Amino acid sequence: MRLFLKFKRPTPWVSTKGNMSILTTQNLSIGYSKKGKTDVVKSGLNLQLQPGELVCLIGPNGSGKSTLMRTLAGLQKPVSGQTMIDGKEISTLKQREKALLISLVLTERVDIENATVYNLVSLGRHPHSNWWGNITDDEDLIIREAIGMVHMEHKMHHNINELSDGERQRAMIAKALAQDTPIIMLDEPTAHLDLPNRVEIMLLLHRLARDTQKAILLSTHELDLALQAAHRIWLFSSNLDVECGVPEDLVFNGSFNRVFESKSFVFNAANGNFSMNYPMTKKVWVYGDKTRMYWTLRALARAGYMVVQDATTQILVTENGWTLNEKDIHTVEELLQELNQHFLDV
Amino acid sequence: MLFLALSFLTVGLFLADLAWGSIHISLREIVTVFFGKGTDGINSEILLNFRLPKAITAMLAGASLSVAGLMMQTLFRNSLADPYILGVSSGASLGVALVMMAASILPVAFVSSGWALIVAAIIGASVVLVLVVGVSFKVHNAISLLIVGLMFGTIAGSLVSVLQNFSNPDAIKLFVMWTFGSLSAVTWSYMQVLLPVVLVGLGMAFFLQKRLDGLLLGENYARGLGVSIVRTRLLIVVATGLLAGGITAFTGPIAFVGIAIPHIARGLFKTSGHKILLPAVVLCGASLLLVCDIITQIPTYTLPINTVNALFGAPIIIWIILKKR
Repeated sequence: MRLFLKFKRPTPWVSTKGNMSILTTQNLSIGYSKKGKTDVVKSGLNLQLQPGELVCLIGPNGSGKSTLMRTLAGLQKPVSGQTMIDGKEISTLKQREKALLISLVLTERVDIENATVYNLVSLGRHPHSNWWGNITDDEDLIIREAIGMVHMEHKMHHNINELSDGERQRAMIAKALAQDTPIIMLDEPTAHLDLPNRVEIMLLLHRLARDTQKAILLSTHELDLALQAAHRIWLFSSNLDVECGVPEDLVFNGSFNRVFESKSFVFNAANGNFSMNYPMTKKVWVYGDKTRMYWTLRALARAGYMVVQDATTQILVTENGWTLNEKDIHTVEELLQELNQHFLDV
Repeated sequence: MLFLALSFLTVGLFLADLAWGSIHISLREIVTVFFGKGTDGINSEILLNFRLPKAITAMLAGASLSVAGLMMQTLFRNSLADPYILGVSSGASLGVALVMMAASILPVAFVSSGWALIVAAIIGASVVLVLVVGVSFKVHNAISLLIVGLMFGTIAGSLVSVLQNFSNPDAIKLFVMWTFGSLSAVTWSYMQVLLPVVLVGLGMAFFLQKRLDGLLLGENYARGLGVSIVRTRLLIVVATGLLAGGITAFTGPIAFVGIAIPHIARGLFKTSGHKILLPAVVLCGASLLLVCDIITQIPTYTLPINTVNALFGAPIIIWIILKKR
C-alpha cells in the first residue's frame, strides 16, 4: 500500500503553480519542415491536459493526430508555439527530464528475445535508476505494482513473445506506469485488438486515470468506446479547427457530424454510432413490441424501407415474431421476403 | 553459477592453448616458467614469446568481436548484424592497406610501432559503421541492410585491390601476409598498443549497457525512456570501431565470432539484458577463439583460424535464419 502513495500524487498535481493543467499548449503549430519548406498540419492549438483525466484524440486519418502526439511528447519539433509541461517548456528539457514527465506507448511492435513481462516493465524504471540500472527493492515493488495495475501478475514471468496482443498492450501500459510520470501518451492502443480487449484496455485506462491521477492522452479510431470512456475529447478534423470538450457536449453541438461529414453515413446522435445512409424508397410503418423494435428497424433500413408514420404497409412487431398482411412471420429473412413480395404485388 | 563455470572453462582452455601445439609443454613447466623459474631453454622461449601472446590475443579477439557483434545486433535490432557481415572489418582492412602501401609518406617509427595500423583500422571500421548507420535510417528491412553492408565490404575490398595496383611489391607482400590473418602476429610490442585499445572499447560497452537495454525497445521507445539517441549511437560506433578495428588491425578479418557468440550467450543465459550478456559474451567469445586456436595448432594440420571459425559459425547463422521463419 505504501506504493500507492508513490503513484497517487496529491491532487491537484500542479496546484502550487496556480494552474490545474499539467500540460498546456500556447498557439502551437504542428507540422513538418522538409528542405526549408514547412508543411503546417494544424495551427493555433491551445490545448490543456488535466491530471486524472482520460483524453481521447479522435479524427480521420491524416488529420494530424500522430503529429500532435509526437510534438507533445517532444519527439518532434513544433513549427511554432509552445508546449508547457509542469510549467516547463518541453523543447528546453533534456531527454531524461522529458522521460520523467511523459511515458509513451507506441504502435511499433516490441520484440525482445528472452524478455519476460517483468523485464519489459522494469525498463520503465530507466529514467529513475542510476547508470548501472540496478533494480532495488523499492524499484521491484513499483514494477510489481505496475504489473498488478494492469492485471498481469499471473504472466509476470512469461516471455513477452508468448503473450496475446491484448496482454502485450497491457504489458506496455505497465511499462509506462512503472515510468511513473504525470502524463501517459498512447498512440492507438486499441489497434489490432479484438472487441473484448479493446473495451478492456479503454476501461483500464479510464480507471488508471481516475485512480492514479495521471493525465492520459490517447489517439483512437474507436468512436463509441471513446465517447463512453473519455473524460474529454479532442476532435480533429481534416480542415477545421480542433474541438475540445466533454463527449456529450460535442454530440449535442453537432461537432461529430461536421468532422465526419460524408454522403454514405451519418453520425447518429441518438446512440453515438455511425449509421449508413441507405437509399430508401419504399415506405412502411412499424409498431408493437419495444424490445424487438431496434433490430427490426435496422434490418428494414438495410433493405431500403423507410419507416413513415401510418404508411399503408403496416408491420406489427409481436413478442416472438411479426405480423404482416395478417400473416405470422418468425424470422427476419422471411419478413424481408414477404415484404419484397408485397411490394411487387402492389 | 553459469558465470563461474564459464570462467573455469576459459581459464582451462587458456592453459590448454599454452600446453598443446607442435611441441607439448606440460602444465608443470608452464607454472614454473610463470613463476620466474627456468626462464632459459627453448620451451620457455616458445611459451613466453609465442604462445602466451597468441593465447592472450585469442581471448582479446574473441571478447572484442563478440562484444562488437552484440552492440551491433542491439543497435540495428538485427540478429544477423556483426562487424564482419556489415563490412566493418573490410573498412578496417582498407585502413590497414592505406597505411601499409602509403607507408613511405609516414614516419617509420609511427608505422612500425603498430599505432599507425591500429589507428587506420579503427578509423576505417568507424567510417564504414557510420555509413551503415546512415543507411539504416532509410532501409528498414533487416536483410536489405545486410546486403548494403556486404556491398560496403565489397567496395572497401575493391579499393584495396586498386591500391595494390599502385604500390611496390614489398608493401603488397606485407599486406597479403596480413590478410591471411593470424593470432600469432601480435608480438609483445603490438600487445602494448592492442590491449589498452581493447580495454577502452570494452569499458565503453559496459558503460553503455543500460542504454543498450533501452535500445532493445526500438529508438522511439528508448527516447521515451530518456536515452539520448544521437549520443548513444555515436558512442556505440566509437566503441565498436575500437574493438573491431583494433583487433582486425593485427589479426586480419576474423569472421563469424561476432554474430554467433551473442546468440550462444542469449541461449545460455536466457536473457536480453546487457548487464548479463556483456560479461557472458566476453567469456564465451574468449573461449571459442581459444578452442579455435587450439584446433589450428594441432600438429600436421595447421589450419587458418577463419577456416575453423567458419565450421562453427556458418551453421549457427543458418540456424538463426531458420529459427526466424
